[in-house]
Order: sequence, then structure tokens, then C-alpha cells
Amino acid sequence: MIITVIFGFLWARDVMAPDREAAPEPEPEAPAADDGPEQEKYPRNVFLELTTLALGGVITGVVALPVLGFAVLPAFEKLELEPADLGPLDLYPENEWRESTFLLDPGSGEVSRRTAFVRSNGDVDGMPNMTILSNRCVHLGCPVQAGGPREDERAETVETETEGGELTVTPVQPANFSCPCHGGAYDLEGNRIAGPPVRALDRYTFEISGGNLKLLLPYSVGEVEGEGADATIIAYQQQGPGEHVDGLSAFLYPIQPKDLEY
Amino acid sequence: MAVVPPPSRQRNQGIMAKVGHIVMVPLDWLEERSGIVGGTKYFLFRKVPSDVNWFQTLGSATLTAFLVQLGTGVVLAMYYKPTPDHAYESIRNITHDVTLGWLVRGMHRWGASVFIILLFLHMGRVFLFGAYKYPRELNWIVGVLILPLALLMGFTGYLLPWDQTAYWATVVGINLNGTGPFVGPFLSQFLRGGDEIGANTLTIFYALHMLLLPGALIALITLHLYLVVRLGVVSPPWSEEEAGRERPEPAPTGDGGLLRPRARGGRPRSE
Repeated sequence: MIITVIFGFLWARDVMAPDREAAPEPEPEAPAADDGPEQEKYPRNVFLELTTLALGGVITGVVALPVLGFAVLPAFEKLELEPADLGPLDLYPENEWRESTFLLDPGSGEVSRRTAFVRSNGDVDGMPNMTILSNRCVHLGCPVQAGGPREDERAETVETETEGGELTVTPVQPANFSCPCHGGAYDLEGNRIAGPPVRALDRYTFEISGGNLKLLLPYSVGEVEGEGADATIIAYQQQGPGEHVDGLSAFLYPIQPKDLEY
Repeated sequence: MAVVPPPSRQRNQGIMAKVGHIVMVPLDWLEERSGIVGGTKYFLFRKVPSDVNWFQTLGSATLTAFLVQLGTGVVLAMYYKPTPDHAYESIRNITHDVTLGWLVRGMHRWGASVFIILLFLHMGRVFLFGAYKYPRELNWIVGVLILPLALLMGFTGYLLPWDQTAYWATVVGINLNGTGPFVGPFLSQFLRGGDEIGANTLTIFYALHMLLLPGALIALITLHLYLVVRLGVVSPPWSEEEAGRERPEPAPTGDGGLLRPRARGGRPRSE
């Protein structure tokens, strides 16, 4: 079937190629200067040469295009993930920070380990309100650390419902968040307070299902005004670290290839 | 009065003649059919200015460093496994268990830095000697293309040990690419092989490091050498010699030498 299509295409191209390619030949100019008796308008050797070139080009294209597509396109496929399980809600007492380390995609193992800083802001209109900051520095993606005491002895490791999922929840008391790589610093709402980052820390959307906190899509944040449950978050589609989401520089990144789905 | 060598020299000359014959016959056979001996002579025994400088060996040194990287890299590839589960373990195995693996890996690891350093020194020498000027501009351009490929070799090779340093250096490196305007996000998406760094990233970097970049480097270095041979070596800037002066032919020594077959009449190939 595919072979038929390819060879049909080749045949069609072969039939059409000489007409199309022979048109810009400079042959008609020649008779004006030297009207020799052997001068042909469309000599056979030119026809054969162009046909060979066209056919070679088609064959190269037929071979090279799928290979190039295979090399590049798989990287742009939509990544479908199960929501990451952050454990039962009572792991997150009100107005306290927890550093939660989880596997984003348990199937791909340790390399998908991610960390989020979680703070429960209490219930708003009967629904739990959480601040969930990604620990990926928005400068160049290093892991941001909580600046403050860290109670490793109170850390809890929980088996999650997802297959192979593993979760560690450590109480932390940050005064800010800072990045060890190039000195980026953020306040408790994720706003940049120092260093090279170009926006506020990314956040996660979440859902509560079966009494467990589950992470959904991450999103980028331009700026956060206010605190905790009263915060006004200026949200954007998630972008890579170092990319501006607002201001003039945001026009440098008009299209985002990142495409996550749950 | 004829000068006669002592008997021991005579015997030696007889043996040398025999050895020479044994070497020359197959070389001559090859030369007649391929011209490869003349070609090798043309490549190796070129005329250079009489006042060349030691700095002008930096190019050969860079080439040597690259060849060391090729050789050690091929051997390392026999033991390395480019999967997230096995990469770190296989590097550990190479370093601690495989016979002389520590040496070969060390040569490759440190040789990478040596290669880059020599590359820059060679580039500096060419710049300071003014050796990029007419008619060698094209060779400068080819060299400038070699430089980013060599740096990419370093970038892709750095991820392969798959330890914390490698991982975070690559995170930062890919995100740096991602900040490029317009195409940056797509470039980093391609380098990651998806939305997140994972198994695809490792195999993509492995393929680039093993196949694509070395192939491109070998092609460009070949072109670079061809242009060096064609255009010749430049005099140092402090040279007293007049540029473009024809030098007299060196007086014939009468000795054929190993790579000058006499079977074709003992004349140089160019005549």
C-alpha cells in the first residue's frame, strides 16, 4: 500500500518533472546568436539530466523526510501523566510548609523525582486552599532550597497509590527560597527578591481525590500579589526556565512546545 | 682514489638492500595501481618556510588530541550502556573493574579538556601569526566551524556518566539553550527528547556524541587538512624572508629513501 503510494508518487513526479524543470532553460536564447542546424530547443541530454536530478531529489526526499521526522517529532509528542500523589491531606497542617519529594512519572524512575513546597492555607468556601511551589528555579532549572530550619527527623515516607510511587514529606520553616547555582532568591509566595530569575516560581494546580492531594498541570507565574489564600496570582501557560512571561521580553517566546496532559 | 667502506658496512648495505627490496616491491605494486605512495609523500614531505616556529605544531597537537579521543572513545563505547538504569553503573564498572578502564576513561575525560585547550591555543596562534589572511580565509572559517562542534562534543559527553553533576549541568545547559529567542524552547525540547529530561535525553546525547558530531568533525578536519596541504604553512610574522620568494630546489642527496620508489625511474612524482 505504502509502496504503491510512493511509486505512484514517483511516477507522477517523473512524468511531470521534465515539463516543470525544463521551462527556465536558457536554450531559446541560443538561436539568436548562432542559428546552427543541430540546435534543438529541448535537447535530449538536458531532458535526461533534469529527469535524473529530479528523480534523485525525490528519492532522497522520500528517504530523508521520514528519518528526519523520526529524529525530531517524537520529542514534541504530548506527554500524558497520571496526577502525582502527594499523600493524604492531613500531612499538610494549616500554615506550615512541607517539602514533598515525589516521582512525577514512577515508570521512568528516579530521574523523574521532583520536589514541591506545599503550604495549606486552610479552607476557603469549604474547599482546601493550597500554595504549591515547584522547586525548579526559573533561572536555569536548578533545585531551589528552603532557607530555614529543616526537620529531617520528622520526615515521613509514604507509599502512594500509584504503582511504584514514593513520597517523602519533610517539615521545613523557610524564610525564603534560594537557588544554589546562581544565587536566585524568592519570597514565600515565590516572587523573585534577588538574583537572575526572570519571574516568580512555577506553581502546580491540584485536585483532592479520595482525601489525597494530587498534582495536576504546572503553570508559570508572572507575579503574586497578596499572601496565602488572599493571593492574586498572575498565571501563564508553563514555560521553560529563563523565559520571560510578561513584559517586552515575553515576545521572544511566542510559541511553547511544552504540552502536558492529565 | 676510490673510497671503499669497511667490510661490516658492506655487509650491512647488502642486508639493507634486501630489506629495502622486500619493502619496495609491495609499495611499488601499490603505487603503480593507486598512486598512494606519491600521495603520502605529497602529504607528508611538504616544503615549509625555513623559519617555522614551535607554535606551529599546535595544530598537529590538536589533531593528535582528537585522534586520542576517537581511539579511547571507541573502546569506552564497548563497555558503556546508555540507559538511565545502567549508565552510572557501567561507568563505575569501567573505572573500577575493567582492566585499565580507569586509564582509558581518564584519557578520554582529561583528553577532552586538552583537546579544547589546544584548539583555542591553535586558534590564537593562527590569529596572532595572521595566518588567517589571504589565501587562507576559508581554512579559518572551517576551523571556526570545528570549534562549536568540539564544544558540543564536550556538552553531550558530559551527560553520559549520568551522575548528579552530569544531570544538573545538562539541566542548566539545556535550559540555557531554551532561553534563545523564538527557537530556544523548541531546541531544548528536542535536546531533552520530550518535556522532561529522561531516557530519551541520554540516548539522544549518546547518539550525537558517538555518531553525528564525530562524523561532522572528521569531515571538517579532513577539509581543514586538505586546505593546509594545498595552501602551505605560513611564515611567522617576524620572518626575514621575502613573501612568495621561490626557493632553490634542495640539492639531491642521491638517496632514494624508503618512500621514493626507484622503479619508476627514480624521478620525483611531480616531474
